[in-house]
Amino acid sequence: MNTGDTAFVLVSSALVMLMTPGLALFYGGMVREKNVLGTIMQSYIILALITCEWVLWGYSLSFGPDLGGLIGGLDWFGLRGVGLEPHGTYGPTVPHLAFMIFQCMFAVITPALITGAFAERMRFSSFLLFTLLWATFVYNPLAHWVWGSGGWMSKMGALDFAGGTVVHISSGVSALAAALVVGKRLGYGSTAYIPHNLPMTITGAALLWFGWFGFNAGSALAANGLAANAFVVTHIASAVAALSWLIVEWVHRGKPTTLGAASGAVAGLVAITPGSGFVGPVSAIVIGGLAGVICYGGVMLKGKLRYDDSLDVVGIHGFGGTWGALATGLFASKAVNTAGSDGLFFGNPGQLGVQFVSVLATIVFAFVMTLIILRIVHWIAGVRVTDEDEEKGMDISMHDEKGYSY
Amino acid sequence: MKKVEAIIKPFKLDDVKEGLSVLGVKGLTVTEVKGFGRQRGHREVYRGAEYQVDFVSKIKIEVILEDELVSDAVRVIQEKAKTGQIGDGKIFILPVENAIRIRTGETGKDAI
Repeated sequence: MNTGDTAFVLVSSALVMLMTPGLALFYGGMVREKNVLGTIMQSYIILALITCEWVLWGYSLSFGPDLGGLIGGLDWFGLRGVGLEPHGTYGPTVPHLAFMIFQCMFAVITPALITGAFAERMRFSSFLLFTLLWATFVYNPLAHWVWGSGGWMSKMGALDFAGGTVVHISSGVSALAAALVVGKRLGYGSTAYIPHNLPMTITGAALLWFGWFGFNAGSALAANGLAANAFVVTHIASAVAALSWLIVEWVHRGKPTTLGAASGAVAGLVAITPGSGFVGPVSAIVIGGLAGVICYGGVMLKGKLRYDDSLDVVGIHGFGGTWGALATGLFASKAVNTAGSDGLFFGNPGQLGVQFVSVLATIVFAFVMTLIILRIVHWIAGVRVTDEDEEKGMDISMHDEKGYSY
Repeated sequence: MKKVEAIIKPFKLDDVKEGLSVLGVKGLTVTEVKGFGRQRGHREVYRGAEYQVDFVSKIKIEVILEDELVSDAVRVIQEKAKTGQIGDGKIFILPVENAIRIRTGETGKDAI
């Protein structure tokens, strides 16, 4: 056990915790005034709901003793046996409980990311049921495949340092499925869904950027050089992506926007996540630079294909996560992390193939499972609010309160 | 007694208020309004998606005046609110039957 590592992992857990309320603000500012609380609530309450799920069965399903490479067993139900001593594989120098709570924050933010896709129109009760089922049947197995001891993707050699596949591709692809099942908002095509409070969105983006240092550097599970590398490349990718998004929209639409700068920063953070423990600073510049361009294109796509992903979860997390996972197969270097692998540009083209398989498997699994879960939820409770409630806004119709009274 | 209603550009409110005060106007009502005229709307872009915003934010001033003051007030508003660009707004003059001060019950000219 190492006290420095333990302190670092605990502080990182707190940083990652802050990302979910940060996301609530990021999303909350982008919706219309009548939906601000409904949108904030969908992130905020997940912090409570998934923490309970995680402690009861989520952690055990994700990291418990391996069953066929597919899922963890229920041996650690209610954190039985997860204690003060380190676990040999999961952070050998920190208490097992510290690793558990660090991972808990990841399990929380992932379904919160999806909420951007169905913002402004989903029933609160159905959303809660969906989130619980999604965490159990999509997130927990995926986390096991990639990070669990014996998970099939990790045995295959897929590299995902801090959750490019598990967190970002999974939420981005599930967001697409959700946007398709829940359907377009009322007035799609004729109503201007103009963000009501961009300063709130930018505050949220700043909190995400800040918390992401815990997300990526903390994934080293030790206060060491690897953590410093992850910290540095995370910052670089975010900075470069904010600039590249800004330049693209400046050229494309004529003006640089604050929402563009914030979106680009998040796109860069998403894209560097899987590679943050495997790539160096120059690679981070390329990964971030292209992330701004790719995610801007991803966001444009929804207008062309006419699905209503309200807050661009597909464009930013789906596209950014996919680019990041593949980029890890290009730019990974053993010079950064001896426990990793070399990527295509460092003489090992096979790694790109492994990354490709892990991306494809995640996309198919998350998409199909989300479709099934949402169909079931729809059959039980109906996924969508009535037109009248949607018109009134989520704040009044779901929660009997208003964000602003003046 | 007349009511003068003016739709003006929001940033001109202070100048107009100042001008009317100098003239001896003792009170006015201000409302934030939206509308369109010859100026049409403007364009907003969020994450590359373009929206045409048809209604432009303006300020509406309402002031009740004795007949003698009306022409001066209109001149002041026109002077102070003018930029020379399209969208400077409009002034309307309406007859007012009576005015009553709620606190004292005074009516007519005394209530203004």
